Amino acid sequence: MPIKQLTVFLENKLGRLAEVTRILKRENINLQGFSTTEARDYGILRIVVSDVEKAREALKKAGFTTHVADAICIRVEDRPGELLNVLDTLSDAKINIDYIYVIAGTRVILSVPELERAEKLLIEKGFSICAD
Amino acid sequence: MTLGFLNESIETADKKSIEKMQTERLKSTLINVYENVSFYKKRLDDCGVDPYNFKNIDELQKIPFTTKEDLRLNYPFNMLARPFGEIVRIHSSSGTTGNPTVVAYTGRDIEIWGEVIARQLFSLNLRRGDIFQNSYGYGLFTGGLGLHYGIEKLGGVAIPVSGGNTERQIKIMQDFLTGVICCTPSYALHIAEVGTELGVDFSKLALKAGVLGAEPWTNQIRSEIEKRLSINAYDIYGLSEVIGPGVSCECSFKKGLHVAEDNFIVETIDPKTGKNVPEAKTGELVFTTITKEGMPVIRYRTKDLSNLIYEKCECGRTHVRMKKPIGRSDDMLIIRGVNVFPSQIEEVLMNVKEIEPHYLIVVQKKNFLDFIEVWVEVPENIFSEKMNTLEIFEASIEHKLYSAIGISIDVKLKEPKTIKRSEGKAKRVVDMRRGEKP
Repeated sequence: MPIKQLTVFLENKLGRLAEVTRILKRENINLQGFSTTEARDYGILRIVVSDVEKAREALKKAGFTTHVADAICIRVEDRPGELLNVLDTLSDAKINIDYIYVIAGTRVILSVPELERAEKLLIEKGFSICAD
Repeated sequence: MTLGFLNESIETADKKSIEKMQTERLKSTLINVYENVSFYKKRLDDCGVDPYNFKNIDELQKIPFTTKEDLRLNYPFNMLARPFGEIVRIHSSSGTTGNPTVVAYTGRDIEIWGEVIARQLFSLNLRRGDIFQNSYGYGLFTGGLGLHYGIEKLGGVAIPVSGGNTERQIKIMQDFLTGVICCTPSYALHIAEVGTELGVDFSKLALKAGVLGAEPWTNQIRSEIEKRLSINAYDIYGLSEVIGPGVSCECSFKKGLHVAEDNFIVETIDPKTGKNVPEAKTGELVFTTITKEGMPVIRYRTKDLSNLIYEKCECGRTHVRMKKPIGRSDDMLIIRGVNVFPSQIEEVLMNVKEIEPHYLIVVQKKNFLDFIEVWVEVPENIFSEKMNTLEIFEASIEHKLYSAIGISIDVKLKEPKTIKRSEGKAKRVVDMRRGEKP
């Protein structure tokens, strides 16, 4: 089961990321992890939160452009070589990763073109997929 | 489509009788200004035009132009051709860039102004009993009161709500069963946006038409407004120096704005040489008033660029039409030697269906070179978790701008609702070279 990750468009200016986290705090939504990608004048923020729909509503109301996308969330052990195992599994199957980042509890968020196949392969390799 | 005229004999008069009428009226106007405005007496003496012997309308071209600067130098009342006692109204520009320009009307001028607008509203199939929400500003600005008198002359119901307080505008629109909205095109868009946020379905309202003006707008913006407000949107043109709104207006065919030739003579000139340009060529609009008593203007340069269409309109009216103005000659940006009109940029942007009709053109110098950025708000329906969707979107607009205009223009994506909405005339260009700030 893929998880729902929330993406937010942010202009590259002072205080915008803080504003997102302020809204999450106000709504009592826990931020489990995030990553940012930046272009010249803007960036996109990807977040994993305790309540995606509630977070999206609150952010939209505050004027943010948002998007919800599926991603794989797997738990990896905190020891040498663990990430490599994940990556090898996917590259052996010729699945390219669009982006990847780590969230709290040594969990890894992965976005890949063939989501279901990747998920299945990882499960076969003994990784545990997190549903939320 | 129903046709009809409020004043058929005038509106469908043949060219010859229009010209005859214009020559007579121009002559009496010239006599009026010669006798009563020292500025024009000197002008006419200098160019050798004797108003008492004025016979041929072509002689008008011998008279030098009147400019905004001339009006400013004669601030406030030196251009008036009638004494107080006959003058019943004064309007004025805001004067943000110097002395304001002041204009004055006699009772008859006000009467004619109303009549001209009433005819135009009638040509849009609007009738006695129609409910008009007049959201042009009431006050020194000619928009509000100008439309107001035209609506009353038609027999329409005028709701003088003036500009601003958009939520109240929408409530009135719903409760008073507004049929026609009168405001700037950018304010019409703002009303549509706020209404949609409030969950208003405009197609369920009585609203059927918009009489929109006071700023140049493209046909692309027109389709957006028509779609969002579920109306027919028509362009009305005017400037206070000539009379105010109503100098020209579209008819229901939307194929050019009819100039009320029984009251105004229009010419198009090359803004650089001042020579009249041939029919169908773009030029600066120049107006001469031929019925106004209080403050006539002779060959007033508007700086608005358009083309004249002399052919009779499908609606049956014979008066000359002007194409929707593409902008003002002083709106033209010169970017690395290329002339760019904001309206060209608007056309490209509005052909991209995902883009909201709110944008800002920012001009600046970078490394001694002129540079244009176009700010648009990121559309939710193209936004995803992938960075390259946004990058491709930006690049595709940049490519379209380049092919249409011939210079590279940078597109900047902004967060929603961060580009300022306008309740009056929109400011869509910020020229940082002149110290302006976005």
